Amino acid sequence: MIEWVNSILQGVLTGGLYALFATGLAIIFGVMRLVNITHGDFIVLAAFVALVVVEGTGVGPFVSLIAVIPIMAVFGYVLQRGVLNPTLGPDLLPPLLVTFGLSIVVQNLLLEVFSADSQRLKIGAFETLSINLTENLAVGVFPLIIFVTAVVLIFAIQLVFNRTSLGRAFRATSDDPVTAQLMGIDHSHVYGLAMALALVLVAIAGVFLGVRTNFDPSVGPSRLLFAFEAVIMGGLGSLWGTLAGGIILGVAQNIGAKIDPGFQILAGHIAFLVVLAIRPNGLFPRTRDD
Amino acid sequence: MSLLAVRNLTAFYGDFQALFGIDFSLDEGETVAVIGANGAGKSTFLRSVTGLVKYAADEFSYDGRSIAGRKASDIPGLGIAMVPEGRKLFPSLSVEENLVIGGYDGRPGTWSLDRVYGMFPRLKERRDNPGTALSGGEQQMVAIGRALMANPKLLLCDELSLGLAPIIIKDIYESVPAIKAEGVSLLIVEQDINQALEVADRVYCFQEGRISLEGNPAQMSRDDIANAYLGKSQ
Repeated sequence: MIEWVNSILQGVLTGGLYALFATGLAIIFGVMRLVNITHGDFIVLAAFVALVVVEGTGVGPFVSLIAVIPIMAVFGYVLQRGVLNPTLGPDLLPPLLVTFGLSIVVQNLLLEVFSADSQRLKIGAFETLSINLTENLAVGVFPLIIFVTAVVLIFAIQLVFNRTSLGRAFRATSDDPVTAQLMGIDHSHVYGLAMALALVLVAIAGVFLGVRTNFDPSVGPSRLLFAFEAVIMGGLGSLWGTLAGGIILGVAQNIGAKIDPGFQILAGHIAFLVVLAIRPNGLFPRTRDD
Repeated sequence: MSLLAVRNLTAFYGDFQALFGIDFSLDEGETVAVIGANGAGKSTFLRSVTGLVKYAADEFSYDGRSIAGRKASDIPGLGIAMVPEGRKLFPSLSVEENLVIGGYDGRPGTWSLDRVYGMFPRLKERRDNPGTALSGGEQQMVAIGRALMANPKLLLCDELSLGLAPIIIKDIYESVPAIKAEGVSLLIVEQDINQALEVADRVYCFQEGRISLEGNPAQMSRDDIANAYLGKSQ
């Protein structure tokens, strides 16, 4: 019995990481109706940027975020204004194709520069530190930190969206970019800021990913898939839905792995299909039609 | 001096030419109405002023400066605000947020949430509702309030009466004198000729992308207007 509780608990914590993957994707889609196929590769790119910073300066992975976050944010802003904004329009296909191509470019550039070797960001003994909840039940400190970070970030971003002038500009631009311009909102700039914000989350997710598991240039697309499933299960009404989606995915994968190690990934996909069958619009759907 | 001066304005949508050499001027404090049938180019004219369509003109100046080719998002900061056709409230924003976002540019002036609520008390009761949950007339009030929050010198109103019951239209137009009293100049585009003629100091009639009649509404006969509006032979 306790083993199952343990599986679920670890699954919830894993879900925090998936929610971090997914939140950036949800912001990008929510603000500019852009399906970013490169999202998973950006997470891996962030992990490699952190690796370079760590190896170059000798600081730990967490401290490296001081550099990785602004690098990714600026990269996101420039990419959005320079490459992605021109693809946006009534048709969803051009940005889809461009980010698909970009995904291949990022993967191959990383392969060219870093080779296909597996890499890891090391945080020493901290990595395996755990807290015993009961005699048979323990949670890792690091997974717990990831989960708490995800919750805090989602809370903060939800606050930005609901309470600040920038958040209103995000929502207004998402509703109607033409009328938003009549309010003095430069939609190109707002889109750039949304991508920058998404890549701040990607930077954090990338470092967490790199500490938690091995990574190499080819692992991006599967992170994208998890992120997608979390976003879709959550619905697009609220980022808390994205967190819930991530948790469902994490729990399903852990329970699957408990039944049979080969069943882990499949169990996540099955949970995704079940949620969609029951709630086609996700757990927290948008309340309005558009 | 004219607040808005336009000479020989032409505008295209692809191969389709919507405006053919419009000459237009609006003085500070003046209320000017633009009337005309559907497709006469009235909305295209407003979209030119707000920078939403590409156009060519010999002169396109506001407040003594050329604004030709300025980005749409730069225009509100200059003191030109727009009440768009069909209200175009932001569905994700509450009534109050819709009003607040009108002042996004932070242009200083006398308008505030309190003053807009003073002008349209019904909005205060519904401040936390989504903008689109309101009746058509109330939505139009939000759209006007949103534009006023930008503290404009020139307010552009596109089809204020569109889709509203006559009694509501009367309500909406009752707010116009109070806006004029603030020294705001108005450019009103209307299909409802009676409303337009009542509030306007001067009227332009558009017909198929050209100006067919211009002048003081008091000195125009119904026949003049009907001819200019519908394009009957003189």
